[in-house]
Amino acid sequence: MKTAFERTNGLKDVDTHYCPGCTHGIIHRLVGETLAEMGALERTVGVASVGCSVLSYDYFNCDMTQAAHGRAPAVATGVKRVLPDDRLVFTYQGDGDLASIGMGEIVHSAARSENITVIFVNNAIYGMTGGQMAPTTLMGQKTATSPLGRSSAAQGLPIRVSEMLATLDGTTYIERVSTHDVAHVMKAKKAIRKAFDTQEKNKGFSMVEILSTCPTNWGLTPEESLQWVKDEMIPYYPLGIYKDLREER
Amino acid sequence: MGKVLMKGNEVIGEAAIHAGCYYFFGYPITPQSELVAYMAKRLPEVGGLFLQSESEVSAINMVYGAASAGKRVMTSSSSPGFSLKQEGISYLAGAELPAVIVNVARGGPGLGNIQPSQSDYFQVTKGGGHGDYHTPVLAPANLQEIIELTSDAFRIADQYRTPVILLGDGMLGQMMEPVEFNEKTETGDNFMKDWATTGTEGDGLPKVITSLDLNDVKLEQRNHRLQAKYRKIENNETKVEVKNVEEADYVIVAYGTVARIAHSAIEKARQDGIKVGLIRPISLWPFPKKIISDTSKNVKAILTVEMSAGQMVEDVRLAVEGKSPVSFYGRTGGIIPTVDEIYREILKLGKGVTS
Repeated sequence: MKTAFERTNGLKDVDTHYCPGCTHGIIHRLVGETLAEMGALERTVGVASVGCSVLSYDYFNCDMTQAAHGRAPAVATGVKRVLPDDRLVFTYQGDGDLASIGMGEIVHSAARSENITVIFVNNAIYGMTGGQMAPTTLMGQKTATSPLGRSSAAQGLPIRVSEMLATLDGTTYIERVSTHDVAHVMKAKKAIRKAFDTQEKNKGFSMVEILSTCPTNWGLTPEESLQWVKDEMIPYYPLGIYKDLREER
Repeated sequence: MGKVLMKGNEVIGEAAIHAGCYYFFGYPITPQSELVAYMAKRLPEVGGLFLQSESEVSAINMVYGAASAGKRVMTSSSSPGFSLKQEGISYLAGAELPAVIVNVARGGPGLGNIQPSQSDYFQVTKGGGHGDYHTPVLAPANLQEIIELTSDAFRIADQYRTPVILLGDGMLGQMMEPVEFNEKTETGDNFMKDWATTGTEGDGLPKVITSLDLNDVKLEQRNHRLQAKYRKIENNETKVEVKNVEEADYVIVAYGTVARIAHSAIEKARQDGIKVGLIRPISLWPFPKKIISDTSKNVKAILTVEMSAGQMVEDVRLAVEGKSPVSFYGRTGGIIPTVDEIYREILKLGKGVTS
């Protein structure tokens, strides 16, 4: 019988701890598949961050080190700078980690054009700690720490990270993608491949922002969550390529 | 190589390179900035890497990354910046990563000033960050000793897989003295780092470096492992200089810069016929408890002198356990105690005055 589908070698053969309907699993698979297809698993070091994806080091089938909250780009800088050029280094960070406590580290890694790849998973909320407001939480969105809904007067306005980092001269490739349906999942994979290719060719800082779901903390079903990404998140966080200097560099 | 006249901060940098450290991540802060500038100039000359980070927080996490990849690596700062590194030092301790962190301490608390101080003693010797951990702390008293202790610091870091602190102060960092380096430089290659995350190529299954254990039993096991390591370090790595203690009536306990000044005060007192000895802890953690405890049985009084409001004196009293009176003299705010001030404190001991 012909095998139609199988696990990627890019992930370890273990169950994940992610909630039903969470798209971390899909994104893990896309990253793992990409590294496997590039034949890069044996020369990749991943940096896990703090949040739901802290345990990603148990899932990716490559060497992994785990960083303090928000500091993954600094840790990745240290790893990348001391290892031979053929090593691929990526961070896997959520929006609470990257866009709040880790804003300094991500901005300066981008400005230095560190030759690393950042997988930025944006689900507009803190997941692991129980659904608190993130810098990416949408206007009006109710969370544990914005119980009346986010208001500009009380909590300020959401940050569009891809647009912001694209303004920095140091960034080479930045794209925002989504995982709310199959077509977009396929596009997300292509973006991830382009980001790792950027690094493989020593062209500097690359990041893929991936809109993701959190049914548990959004209080929605998995299906409603996918719809919420499409109807609420994408209008505020438009998909597309924000920076592509792969040819110029 | 012969003797060269160098500034303390630069000696630390050259000593690190001689110890086989080719990676340095730093951020400027007075009074250690010359070290950062020295590494920026010197490391590219020897094929190493210097990177200026955007903050001390970032620098210590770059160190975490480089240490994860198995390289000898260093960062440095001064008191306020050192506080910012504490998060990262706790992670290094938890993940058992070797690294050397320099603190050229200055007056505090808060922004304090840029003059020398020893008021970070609690912070460096009691863990400093969150969780049950210790970092070995080495405190040189002169620039030649910086060379020896920097080499020791990297050796201890690699041997026990732990962050190690090299503690100086603004005076040691800024002063100049003649020093002599070994012709030979170390490589650090004698330590197998099969745990390092460098890519699995050629070495089997994926490796993970983390300080996280959600399972309480496993985290307790990790803590037991760390504590066993700390006991081993206490047994093997305690370092102390003892001078004229055997026939002494009084003993001064002082470290680093202050020990040099205390030494001059002791010379003066001995010329006057007062029998004073010196105990100079070189490793502040592990603290040389035994020699202080043993000595306290045979002396009339112990005086601790620090550039602080009284920090190491707590460890001295714990070691003495009431076997002799322990008095304290300290200056704060970046003021360095003079020989005469310490001499007067010695005279007070003779009169039975303890403070």
